[in-house]
Amino acid sequence: MSLLEIRNLHARVGGHEILKGIDLQVNAGEVHSIMGPNGSGKSTLAQVLSRREAFEVTEGAILFHGKDLLAMKPEEAACEGIFMAFQYPVEIPGVGNAYFVRTALNAIRKYRGLDQLDAMDFLPLYREKMRLLDMDEQFMNRSVNEGFSGGEKKRNEILQMAMLEPSLAILDETDSGLDIDALRIVAQGVNAMRSPDRAMIVVTHYQRLLDYITPDFVHVLVDGRIVRSGGADLALELEEKGYVSIESEARQTAPASA
Amino acid sequence: MGSSTETIRDLTQQDYKWGFVTDIESERVPRGLTEDTIRLISAKKREPAFMLDWRLKAFRHWSSLEKAQAEPQWANVHYGPIDYQDIIYYSAPKQKPSLKSLNELDPEILRTYEKLGIPLAEQQRLAGVAVDAVFDSVSVATTFKEKLGELGIVFCSFSEAVEKYPDLVRQYLGTVVPHTDNFFAALNAAVFSDGSFVYVPKGVRCPMELSTYFRINAAETGQFERTLIIADEGAYVSYLEGCTAPIRDENQLHAAVVELVALDNAQIKYSTVQNWYPGDKQGRGGIYNFVTKRGKCAGRNSKISWTQVETGSAITWKYPGCILQGDNSVGEFYSVALTNNYQQADTGTKMIHLGKNTRSTIVSKGISAGHGQNTYRGMVKILKGATGARNYTQCDSLLIGDQCGAHTFPYIEVKNSTARMEHEASTSKIGENQIFYLQQRGLKAEEAVSMIVNGFCKQVFRELPMEFAVEAQKLLGISLEGSVG
Ligand SMILES: Nc1ncnc2c1ncn2[C@@H]1O[C@H](COP(=O)(O)OP(=O)(O)OP(=O)(O)O)[C@@H](O)[C@H]1O
Ligand SMILES: [Mg+2]
Repeated sequence: MSLLEIRNLHARVGGHEILKGIDLQVNAGEVHSIMGPNGSGKSTLAQVLSRREAFEVTEGAILFHGKDLLAMKPEEAACEGIFMAFQYPVEIPGVGNAYFVRTALNAIRKYRGLDQLDAMDFLPLYREKMRLLDMDEQFMNRSVNEGFSGGEKKRNEILQMAMLEPSLAILDETDSGLDIDALRIVAQGVNAMRSPDRAMIVVTHYQRLLDYITPDFVHVLVDGRIVRSGGADLALELEEKGYVSIESEARQTAPASA
Repeated sequence: MGSSTETIRDLTQQDYKWGFVTDIESERVPRGLTEDTIRLISAKKREPAFMLDWRLKAFRHWSSLEKAQAEPQWANVHYGPIDYQDIIYYSAPKQKPSLKSLNELDPEILRTYEKLGIPLAEQQRLAGVAVDAVFDSVSVATTFKEKLGELGIVFCSFSEAVEKYPDLVRQYLGTVVPHTDNFFAALNAAVFSDGSFVYVPKGVRCPMELSTYFRINAAETGQFERTLIIADEGAYVSYLEGCTAPIRDENQLHAAVVELVALDNAQIKYSTVQNWYPGDKQGRGGIYNFVTKRGKCAGRNSKISWTQVETGSAITWKYPGCILQGDNSVGEFYSVALTNNYQQADTGTKMIHLGKNTRSTIVSKGISAGHGQNTYRGMVKILKGATGARNYTQCDSLLIGDQCGAHTFPYIEVKNSTARMEHEASTSKIGENQIFYLQQRGLKAEEAVSMIVNGFCKQVFRELPMEFAVEAQKLLGISLEGSVG
C-alpha cells in the first residue's frame, strides 16, 4: 500500500478550477519533487493535502495510510502525520515559539493516545533540533514568526517539522528566500529526516535545492496537470530547457484530451 | 470561511458554568430605597453615627440626581430603564453573627465556594492566598488574618473595619471616590453593605496575594460592595478580586466602588478577573456591572497598577483610574475586555497627572465576538503643575467574526508643554490563515482561536500573579467557546 495515493484530483478555489486531474503515488521512504511555473497549482495541491477548507475538491480521491484524507479536517490530517512547511509562514503575535510547538506536539500525541510532554521533556529535544538548524536560542521565546526574516521563517518551519516528525512532509518552496549557507543547513536538516517510513514532497523552482536533496522522482506540474514525471535528471533538463519547451513537448506527446 | 467560522461560533456559544444557585436562607430589607432603607441597613450593621450621616448625605445627593434623571448616558452601551425602587438593597445569609472558624460557616456556602474553586479551606491556605469572601452583602469568612496581623496588616470586611478601625475608615473613606463623583458612586455610598478593607502599615511588604471573591447569589438583589485599600509609606500589597454570579433571567445591578490610597514610596497592585453572568446567547439577563474604581498616588514615588480581565457581565461600565498627585508617581492600567454574544463593554481608564515627573502606562486589549460591542474610553489629563509627565497608551482591538464591533475613544488634555505622550492603536481580525496554520500543526479550530487570543492578551496576562494568569487564560478560552466563524 502506498503512503499517499492521489487519484484524478480536481480542485477549485475562488470559483476557478486549479487542479485538473492529478494522479500521484508516493511510497514511504521516497522523496518526490514537484516543479512547475508560477500559478500552475503547486501550492494548491499542498493546501488540498493539508485539508485547507477554501480549496474545494470537486472530483477524485486521496488515500493517506489507506484512509480517506478528504474526510479529514486539517488538524486530523496533521495528527495522522501530514506536515506542510508553508510557502508563506504565518505570524502569531504573543505566542511563544517553543510553547507553540510543544502545544502542537502534545495535540498530536493526545490524538495518538501518547503521554503529554512537559517542558522538561520537551526543551532538550527542541534545543537539539535548533542546534541542528543552527538557530539561535532567542527564537525559543520569540513570538511565532513575528518579525522573523524570510529565511528565519523558513528555518522555523523545518524546526517544527523536525519536532513533529510527520510521515508525510510537504515542503512548499522552502528554499526560496534562503541564502546559500541557510540553504545548505536547511537541506541538511531535511536530509537528516529522510527515513524508510517517511515520505517528502518538495515543491521548488530551483535545481540548487535538489543538488542537496536528491529526489527519487520529479514531476512537472503545468496548468493543474502533471505533464511529465521522471527521475532526478528531469530537473536538470528543466533547468536547461525551461518549462515552455517541456510543456509543448508534453502537449505534442499527450493524447488529445477532452 | 465555512468551518472555521462555525468553530468561532461554537466557541462563543459555550454555556456559563458558574450559574448554580445556593439554597440558603437569607435576611433581607424590604424592596425599594428610601431614607428608612438606609437607616435600616446602617442599624443592622450597628454602624457609628458618622457612617449613617455619610450614607444619608450620599442618599440625598443620589435622590437629587435621580430626580434630575442624571444617570450617565454618555457611555456606548444600551439598556432599558432601571427601576431603583424594585431592587432589594440588603441581603445577608442568616447565620450566627460572628464566626470563630470556617467550621461554623453554613456548609452550603462552603460548598458554593468549593464549586467556584476558591481556596478557602485550611489546606489551601498553604497555597498562599488569603481570601476574604463576600457572599451577597456580608463578608462571611476571612482567612489568614492572624498571620497578617503579626505584621500589622489589616485585612477584613468593611463592616469589621468600621467597627474596629473607625479612625482609619473615617480618614480615608470617600477621599478618592467622593459620594458626589457620579450617579452610581452616590448610590453605592448610600447603600453599600460590605466589601473589603486593607491597611498595610509603614514599610511592610504584604507577603501574600490578598484576594476577595464576590458573588451575587440572591435573586433581585443588587450588590453594592465597597473596597478601601491603604498602603502606608513604603508599603506594598497585591490584591486580587474575582467575581461570578448565578444565572437569572432578569438583569441584576452591581454598582461597586473601590478606593486605593498609596502614600510615599508605597505600591498597590490591584488585579480583577471579572466573570459575572453575561446573559444568555440572545442577550437576556446578565449583570449590569457599573463600577467606579480609582486609586490615588498621594505620596512621592508611589505606584498603583490596575490589571483587569473582564469576560463577564451583560454590560460593563468601568474606568479604573489613577490620580498621580505625588511627584514621580506611576499609574498603570492593563486591561483585557472580551464581549461575546450580546455583551457590551465600555471600559478604559483615567490618568490624572498632577505631580512632577509622573508617568502612566495604558495597555488595553479589546476582543469582540458574536454580536459583542467593545468600547475603549480613556482619558489622560496632564495638569499645569505636572512638569515632565509622560504617558504611553496602547489600544488594540481584535475582532472575531463580522457581526461584532470595536470602538475607541481616547481623550487627551494637556496643560503643560513638557508632557510627552505616545499613542498606538490597532484593530485586527483573526485571520483564517492564522487559524489554518495552527490547525495544520494539529490544533482544533477552537484551540487555535484560544491560542491566538491569548497571544493577543499576553502583555496584560503577564501583569497578573502567576496562578491567576493561568485562570484568566482558561476563562478566556471558555468565554470564547462557540465563537469561531
Ligand atoms: N483564494 C484564491 N482565490 C482565487 N484564486 C486563487 C486563490 N488561491 C490561489 N488561486 C489561484 O490558483 C492558481 C494556482 O495557485 P498556486 O498558489 O497553487 O500556484 P503555485 O504553483 O504554487 O505558484 P507559485 O510558483 O507562484 O507559488 C493561481 O492562478 C492563483 O492565483
Ligand atoms: Mg506556490
